[in-house]
Amino acid sequence: MIEITPKIVREHGLSEDEYGRIKELMGRAPNYVELGIFSVMWSEHCSYKSTRAHLRRLPTTGPQVIQGPGENAGVVDIGDGDAVVFKMESHNHPSFIEPYQGAATGVGGIMRDVFTMGARPVAMMNALRFGAPDHPKTRHLVAGVVSGIGGYGNCMGVPTVGGEVNFHAAYNGNILVNAMCVGVARTDKIFKSAAEGAGNPVVYIGSKTGRDGIHGATMASAEFNEDSEEKRPTVQVGDPFTEKLLLEACLELMATDAIIAIQDMGAAGLTSSSAEMGSKGGSGIELDLDHVPQREANMTAYDMMLSESQERMLAVLKPGREAEAERIFKKWELDFAVIGITTNTGRLIVKHKGEVVADMPVHALSEDAPVYQRPFTHRTPAAALGPDDFDSSKPIADSLVKMMSSADLASRRWVWEQYDHSVMADTVQAPGGDAAVVRVHGTNKALAISTDVTPRYVRADPFEGGKQAVAECWRNLSAVGATPLAVTDNLNFGNPERAETMGEIVGAIDGIAAACIALGFPVVSGNCSLYNETNGEPILPTPAIGGVGLIRDVTRTASVALKRFGDVLLLIGDTKGHLGQSIYLREIDGREAGSAPPVDLTHEKRNGDFVRGLIEAGRVDTVHDVSDGGLLVAVTEMALAGNIGASVALPVGVKKVPFLFGEDQGRYVLSVPAADLDRIRAEARAAKVSCVDIGRVLNTPFVEAASASVSLAVLRKGHESFLPQLMRAPS
Amino acid sequence: MKAAVIVFPASNCDRDAATALEYFTGTKPAMVWHGESDVPDVDLIVLPGGFSYGDYLRCGAMAAHSRIMRDIKKKADEGVAVLGICNGFQILAESGLLPGTLLRNADLKFVCRPVNLVVEESQSAFTRKYSTGDHVRFPVAHGEGNYFADDETLKRLEGEGRVAFRYANGDNPNGSIRNIAGILNEKRNVLGMMPHPERVCDAMLGGTDGRPLFESLVEALT
Repeated sequence: MIEITPKIVREHGLSEDEYGRIKELMGRAPNYVELGIFSVMWSEHCSYKSTRAHLRRLPTTGPQVIQGPGENAGVVDIGDGDAVVFKMESHNHPSFIEPYQGAATGVGGIMRDVFTMGARPVAMMNALRFGAPDHPKTRHLVAGVVSGIGGYGNCMGVPTVGGEVNFHAAYNGNILVNAMCVGVARTDKIFKSAAEGAGNPVVYIGSKTGRDGIHGATMASAEFNEDSEEKRPTVQVGDPFTEKLLLEACLELMATDAIIAIQDMGAAGLTSSSAEMGSKGGSGIELDLDHVPQREANMTAYDMMLSESQERMLAVLKPGREAEAERIFKKWELDFAVIGITTNTGRLIVKHKGEVVADMPVHALSEDAPVYQRPFTHRTPAAALGPDDFDSSKPIADSLVKMMSSADLASRRWVWEQYDHSVMADTVQAPGGDAAVVRVHGTNKALAISTDVTPRYVRADPFEGGKQAVAECWRNLSAVGATPLAVTDNLNFGNPERAETMGEIVGAIDGIAAACIALGFPVVSGNCSLYNETNGEPILPTPAIGGVGLIRDVTRTASVALKRFGDVLLLIGDTKGHLGQSIYLREIDGREAGSAPPVDLTHEKRNGDFVRGLIEAGRVDTVHDVSDGGLLVAVTEMALAGNIGASVALPVGVKKVPFLFGEDQGRYVLSVPAADLDRIRAEARAAKVSCVDIGRVLNTPFVEAASASVSLAVLRKGHESFLPQLMRAPS
Repeated sequence: MKAAVIVFPASNCDRDAATALEYFTGTKPAMVWHGESDVPDVDLIVLPGGFSYGDYLRCGAMAAHSRIMRDIKKKADEGVAVLGICNGFQILAESGLLPGTLLRNADLKFVCRPVNLVVEESQSAFTRKYSTGDHVRFPVAHGEGNYFADDETLKRLEGEGRVAFRYANGDNPNGSIRNIAGILNEKRNVLGMMPHPERVCDAMLGGTDGRPLFESLVEALT
């Protein structure tokens, strides 16, 4: 028996106070296995102890919401008895240590969260943040993460349809890999994790258990230092082949009515799946580890309870249905074992080799986990730029080319061509647009999906930045004609024990809550990843928002590509010329300064509803939201996508740079036939929406603005060459 | 035309193939598990895309030894039409139903994008609704589609008009020798191809160039 010393408690990431609380809840000192179980269940990763008190301020309900946060994924009604099931989750720490496997198992984990609920995954997105392009590790990390995501998702046969890739030196020591999975289920076939009732068999399905990933959840709840690469053994290894079999086997079993509850074994493996199922069902669980399928010899109870081996599920079946379930899993050549039984004792009891190795109250592990009101300070938001505080000496054409070729605006083709984005034959809009559009199989409706956050805005002003992340996501969905339904959030921050970081978390959550409430866009699932810092240097605060919207008629949607010579370009939304924290300021002026652009949520909603209405009526088919880089960048992206030129004319009296490159929020560019112009403008006036004629679609392959003119060929060359050049092997 | 789609562990374009077949024939194809001994009596057998056995060992190598493959070989010998798409092509090459092999893409990366193809041969049950020389655009999505065969095999394939599709000049996504994208067997009743015709049968998804392939089969086999 290993004696529990203060050193062992510390190594398990538990504080002295937390250990005292454990002894109180147990009524005795825990043994080594029990301590291990507490350490993962009370880790930041599993318990949300720093954020839980604040997350309660997020809106989580709405008439469309079937299941909000608290299950494996959120569920939203999309009509006709169909539901969309989705969640986003981080795999940041493992992906930095071992990029291929870290990213691959991130994809596998989030897919399990979705099909555990009874849904077939239909689309994947991912939001990736890497360090500075010239940092010595960046190329290796980008290559590994992208091939890991592709390696897993492509084998699963689920299309990866979009996401984000950004670069900033603040991620040099902590990259972010956030993966989002979207699935479709029937509303009357949603599966949950509450293990209700006593005397029901607990079954283990999927891969065998090995020693991989032990303490992964604890590792993900600490900062990095120079020795972090030694943590490689805590990273799990993925097997997408087995996951594909597990998906098909689970859906086959779910078509029967044999399942009472089901939960994937993700972070903290067997421990968290059994504790959460017991806790939610208000029951107890007794496990006999001798029956757990094992990959290695001589595994201890500690190893088995803390292993994060992938591609495993735990289910509670109706009594007597074991043989039926086993037949399905044998057909798919997967392990199946009855490893326990539900009880009414409220205790998690673990037996190994005939002995009870852990006996603890289920509630102590989840409900009684600590919740902290950590001290926080709000930094003064960055000061606004003065009216002429920017470099206006550079020629517009040069600035445009430079920006379009810059790390954050350059084409991501190199990335998404490595992802199968057309498998399942329902991808209506592939990566590269405002939102991905995926048809609901066998129907005339479609889902729109987008992930968004602008970390530099959140850094300058956590509240406005949090609002902006939600607003941009809502805007991207509206820009393809979708009615935004709900979001999942993936809150990536530094160490919450620093008051300033905690202030960023609190501010961003408040901003997200304000925008979600104003836009009727509730949060139905999410994940927090804290301690993303190395040697005291935190990442930019990055609360990624993944949103899903519904397109009722898939034939009425819009894309960014310009389509017709002679069309008028209309700018929807107000332009004040906000250059603070803009890409222009960073790429052309070489400064990251100024205030974040404010989001007026009333205007945001009005403008989005107006644009969506035009698309739904089948009157507009070409829309792009205006975000990073501003108006001229948006128009250039539309021109490149359609391979047709465009010109922008400046309204009288505006300054060139702020008008063309300012990042004011709540704006869209529409391309409409000239004959429709008057009617749309009249309707905009009636709806109190700003709608300005700002340009034309040309019959020459140039982008023109304020007497500047650049050929599409020059723009495309820079835009398309950034990533291939970065990733080319050094010769 | 009656059709069957073979489902191997981790096939993942089986549903896409079935959706396309149902659209063109009006009936659902039989979905046949790889562990079965016999394919039902059908006019067309489709080996769909995917990652059978996770592409472990070598793409298609283990699926080529699945129980069902014995009956597929027998039926192919008897003249039943067999279409292998992507992983299905890899399985046909591994099982010896088609010559040559599929190596890793020349740049060692998975590639998913639309590619321009030239129809080289309209004299087959699969391609009769195209004209030789037609340019079509299908997506590819594979990591190991780099077709290779020895000179003698290539000479035979080309001499006997058995190269059904080539990548258009300058648009070879994987380094395939002589731009080969799809080939026929000697009896011209087995076609293997890396590009995905089943993903371009619906204008909503960005193209309909795959439709003549299925229409050819329906016309030839009904």
